[in-house]
Amino acid sequence: MTLFQYVLGLADDALVSAQRMGWWISRAPELEEDLALANIGLDQLGQARSLLSYAGVVEGVGRTEDDLAYLRDDREFRNVWLVERPQTDFGVAMARLLVFSTWQCELYAALASSSDATLSAIAGKAVKEVAYHRDHARLWTLRLGDGTAESHGRMQAAIEGEWPHVEELFAPVDGALVDPQSLRSAVLGRIEEVVVEATLTVPTVSPAIGGGRHGLHTEHLGHLLADMQHLHRSHPGVTW
Amino acid sequence: MVSGAWKIAADVLDPELPVVTIADLGILRDVTEDDQGRVHVTITPTYSGCPAMETISTDLVEALTAAGYQHVDVEFALSPAWTTDWMTEDAKAKLAAYGVAPPGPVALQLSVRCPQCGSLDTRESSRFGSTACKSLWVCRSCREPFDHFKAH
Repeated sequence: MTLFQYVLGLADDALVSAQRMGWWISRAPELEEDLALANIGLDQLGQARSLLSYAGVVEGVGRTEDDLAYLRDDREFRNVWLVERPQTDFGVAMARLLVFSTWQCELYAALASSSDATLSAIAGKAVKEVAYHRDHARLWTLRLGDGTAESHGRMQAAIEGEWPHVEELFAPVDGALVDPQSLRSAVLGRIEEVVVEATLTVPTVSPAIGGGRHGLHTEHLGHLLADMQHLHRSHPGVTW
Repeated sequence: MVSGAWKIAADVLDPELPVVTIADLGILRDVTEDDQGRVHVTITPTYSGCPAMETISTDLVEALTAAGYQHVDVEFALSPAWTTDWMTEDAKAKLAAYGVAPPGPVALQLSVRCPQCGSLDTRESSRFGSTACKSLWVCRSCREPFDHFKAH
């Protein structure tokens, strides 16, 4: 069961992040950005689907990707707090994507050479996609950080707001095929490099408490799930 | 040996780029046919979340069923991960004629040639275009925007 929980955690990170990305469709600062964030969300959703399907296989009781995505309550979700909080400020969305995609890049690169053939295949595919996400977040962080006084201040505030939730990514997880702690220095190094290049200051704030891997969440996840799951639950078995 | 089923599967068009087939793009990986006439097709997505995979799968079943194959199943394989290196030269020429700049070699992408006027004086306006596999570019010479199939 530990491998199940581990895969579920990675799947839920991608799924919840994809749902938050979807919020930006029609709300991004320009049309190109609408497309970009929709595509990034779609990549994450694709990764989540593969991971959820595999989690279902590992669990071995016949649950499908849809069962796992739509029929679990918030306490059964295993995603980190980083991805579940609302992101209705563009700077916050980019700061979070910078953190998340940098972590995913290192994680998937390591998983691609793990001993688990399925996870290795999913990660080998996904690592190419998240490299683009990181690049996108990096370019916006540079542009906003090294932009006007207004954009600089808001980007700095965004980085400060996300920073307490970085540490949860490195918390120990039972059944982990890649030790989360082993990614810490590479991930932090790459993020801090971008922060400094964007003329921003690396925050010194303390880590927040986060219990996502154990099913403990902020109040925001319940609202997100209500939005994401209501159609499937209100109309069981509905198809297009 | 190229089976009859392979030829039919290879002719299925990409739903989002209907000038190239799934074989041209390297999406079609394998077609096997057993002595009972059952066909097993293996395809691989360009991107994990590619929404065209469902349509391609339906199109494959339809095309093979219409050709008389009674039992057709389609498998999605993620490994080895798809790369633009699997795209045929013919497919790249067809994409350019369609107005989509084809991918170059992964390691050496200095500039993207405008599919309208052929100029190399172009700039990327967004890393993400109309689909996940494309980016959005603008030509400085003819001022036309165009899609570029990302190399990866």
